Amino acid sequence: MNYIEHVGKYFLMLKQVFRRPQKRNVFKDALFREIEDLGLKSLGIVAFIAFFVGGVVAIQTALNVDNPLIPKYLIGFATKRSMILEFAPTFASIILAGKVGSFITSSIGTMRVTEQIDALEVMGINSLNYLVLPKVLAAVFFYPLLVFLAMFLGIFGGWVAGVLTGLFHSVDYIAGIQMDFDPFLVQYALIKSVVFAFVIATIPSYHGYYVKGGALEVGRASTQAVVWTSVVIILLNYFLTQMLLG
Amino acid sequence: MIEVKNIEKSFGDTKVLKGIDAVFERGKTSLIIGQSGSGKTVFLKSLLGLHTPELGTIVFDGRVSRDLGENDKRQLRQDIGMVFQGSALFDSLTVEENVMFPIKMFTNQTIPEMLDRVNIVLKRVNLDNANKKFPAELSGGMQKRVAIARAIVMNPKYLFCDEPNSGLDPKTAIVIDNLIQEITDEYQITTVINTHDMNSVMEIGEKIIFLKDGVKAWEGSSKEIFKTDNESVVDFVYSSNLFKKVRQAYLDESNS
Repeated sequence: MNYIEHVGKYFLMLKQVFRRPQKRNVFKDALFREIEDLGLKSLGIVAFIAFFVGGVVAIQTALNVDNPLIPKYLIGFATKRSMILEFAPTFASIILAGKVGSFITSSIGTMRVTEQIDALEVMGINSLNYLVLPKVLAAVFFYPLLVFLAMFLGIFGGWVAGVLTGLFHSVDYIAGIQMDFDPFLVQYALIKSVVFAFVIATIPSYHGYYVKGGALEVGRASTQAVVWTSVVIILLNYFLTQMLLG
Repeated sequence: MIEVKNIEKSFGDTKVLKGIDAVFERGKTSLIIGQSGSGKTVFLKSLLGLHTPELGTIVFDGRVSRDLGENDKRQLRQDIGMVFQGSALFDSLTVEENVMFPIKMFTNQTIPEMLDRVNIVLKRVNLDNANKKFPAELSGGMQKRVAIARAIVMNPKYLFCDEPNSGLDPKTAIVIDNLIQEITDEYQITTVINTHDMNSVMEIGEKIIFLKDGVKAWEGSSKEIFKTDNESVVDFVYSSNLFKKVRQAYLDESNS
């Protein structure tokens, strides 16, 4: 199957996903389960990475700003901008593509190869709607919160790193993060996080749902899902940046 | 009753079903047998609507599956119970939740009403004290019982079983066979079983359809299969020495 066919099949899948859920109560339960699996269980890894990346960005900026004419508050400013513009929305999404994407593909793929999806279809249930829609909604509504958290912890991590290493003063860093605050940049980050959340929920679902074979194929599909989700996120990141900031 | 008229199904250039006719009656256990690759699974999946045949019709008590709209098709599917080869229980749900799933999805019953129904069917398949267990904690035979319970919980008119005995020891296999036959008789269900278990053929085959290379090569009952001189059936069913001896003994007894 060539790439165009995959893209066509992906959009046909989305058509089945975005139907009205057959039973509201069952859908609500599934949505909360997905918020826990895809969102709450990702809090730790996102927080951990954001905190340390923020620290590293601040330290690297401080070490590279050795010209006495460049004010120290630029360290805080650069860390803030890096976290809001790129790290929080894009790199956190790449991390989630790996963690959540492989989980989605392997769980749906295992359901496929063990005939659980056939069982749903035989019962008269739209399996794509039942399995994928709660994931999409959970991701789209929860990931912006994760991105906010990553922004906050990244900037905080930068401050902690600076204070612990003595590379810059707390006052300068805080002045930097307060300087030239543009709310549109936060909006830009949130738009990206919503788009990436959609990609993280749907591309791995596609790879899992249409897997054929056994455990080996499920493993391969998980790898492919992570690769393709990352590629699509990187491409969309470029186009969204061009559209929104260009 | 299910009437199958001249169905054909291909995958690419390979024709898997080549014009099969069959009638499956209400309250009877019908078996589909045949070698691996004979088209049994494709035939069963075509009946279930998981494959769409290119030609022919499947009629469920007057409802032609091909002509049904989306809602009618969904309604028909609610009349169908299916026991999959690997049980296909939902891993993340307990036994109770697995059995309750179709009721939750298609009725507006309260939790106590649903639990009552779940307990009735679990008792019917002789599965006690397993409500809160997960499928991974059950033996193969117990998983099959849960699968049967889930299949019958909505009082289906049609029950399909794909290799219900695969992976089970002979004793458990007989228990599962008898359970399916009892349920078929008790609830007057139209039951179709896909199998290559010869014990099932001898024990519960009220009607047997033998498929070979995508065509119906023979049809009869478990008694008639002893007497048949159809070479393909004899080759397949009596391939083991034990069954050859059983058949010979049956024929000798009939002649004397």
